[in-house]
Amino acid sequence: MEKQLKVSAIKNGTVLDHIPADQLFKVIDILGLSRSGNQITFGTNLESKLLGKKAIIKISDKFFKDDDINRIALIAPQAKINIIHDFEVVEKRVLSIPASIEGIAKCMNPACVTNHQNILTRFTTITDSPDVKLLCRYCEKITDLKNLKIISKF
Amino acid sequence: MPKHLISIHDFSKEEILKALSLAEEFEKNPSRPIFRDKVIASIFFEPSTRTRLSFETAANRLGARVIGFSDAGNTSVTKGETLKDTIKMVSNYADLIVMRHPLEGSARYASEIASVPVINAGDGANQHPTQTLLDLYSILKTQGKLTNLKINMVGDLKYGRTVHSLLQAMSHFSPEFLFTAPEELKMPNEYKEYLNKLNIPFRETTNLEEGISDSDIIYMTRVQQERFTDAIEYERVKNVYSLRQDMLENAKPNMKILHPLPRVNEISQDVDNSKHAYYFDQAGNGVYTRMAIITMLLGVNEL
Repeated sequence: MEKQLKVSAIKNGTVLDHIPADQLFKVIDILGLSRSGNQITFGTNLESKLLGKKAIIKISDKFFKDDDINRIALIAPQAKINIIHDFEVVEKRVLSIPASIEGIAKCMNPACVTNHQNILTRFTTITDSPDVKLLCRYCEKITDLKNLKIISKF
Repeated sequence: MPKHLISIHDFSKEEILKALSLAEEFEKNPSRPIFRDKVIASIFFEPSTRTRLSFETAANRLGARVIGFSDAGNTSVTKGETLKDTIKMVSNYADLIVMRHPLEGSARYASEIASVPVINAGDGANQHPTQTLLDLYSILKTQGKLTNLKINMVGDLKYGRTVHSLLQAMSHFSPEFLFTAPEELKMPNEYKEYLNKLNIPFRETTNLEEGISDSDIIYMTRVQQERFTDAIEYERVKNVYSLRQDMLENAKPNMKILHPLPRVNEISQDVDNSKHAYYFDQAGNGVYTRMAIITMLLGVNEL
């Protein structure tokens, strides 16, 4: 069978591939893409040997700073970032989990002050096991990925 | 030297020892009005007897004036004032803030807002570092040392914030732990992993009588009814983890029983007259350790 692209190629910009299909909209949220004026195409529930079902996002004329793109490492650690110039991949970036996370995730502890007052959440990431965990700077409780809720700003 | 005391791990081993030796000085002579020009705010958003009274006693013995409230009900909090605004305002009035608040993490947040030192007097189920320092002071005073002691923690080891903080603080002093708790209130794994990483030995048991004879310190905690979904289970556990005079026959002579108080029935009243009972003296030590902490955070290191 002839190989063809399910999501059409872009000339310049960033391609985020190998996003777990069920995390697509969280990734869109974290990167603030719903407010973006750039041309964006995405596909989801595509076949993937690695993930079962994957999603892909292509954003024209957009190049992320490392700090911004690393924010998605929490929920899509296997994602591949390709930088495209003139339809060619000129750079592949690997995600690395940032040492601290601000304002993206919600603390799972219902008694945490950040869930009652208007406070920017702050966590340090614990990476001693394959599953990343977040340690709340305030209540000192751990939020694991199973209980991770992304704060939607949009 | 940290500017605030929010969690016990804000203090290094040296700072803990410094606080304890200052507390010793204050116990020898409690009237030291070295802060006559200072105002200390004692803001309690939820009720407390021992902690608030001992902080206010400590401040008064240091000569400082105390302002504050013991109930958020008659403050602007009822009008919807945010914690941020309350702290900003109070830090314009006082030279140091002592705060208790029911929300976990509220004290760390207050320390980021305040322009003056903040002492956490309890933030919900999270931290209560001055309790830990007074526990350490009580251990030091009764045992003459902090190193190489056998500590038996009894009762609610799952939710009890005092046992978790004491465990972390004692880990500086090569202790050995015994955890005595019912299945449903066992020491959480994260603390056991913490001890494993530091190579600190510990054992677990459900049998209270097992660990009495070789302990130096028995640290009792209250088993709270609200932790149980099953009322019958609570009744059973409550009676099993109750320390009686007749259980203490084979205890080491130096063994002392500590309890953060309030006690309900986990220590039977007949223990109160035993030479092993130390929990009321322990509460008294709170004044000296809190004097020491206030002194350190106000930047005085020698008396």
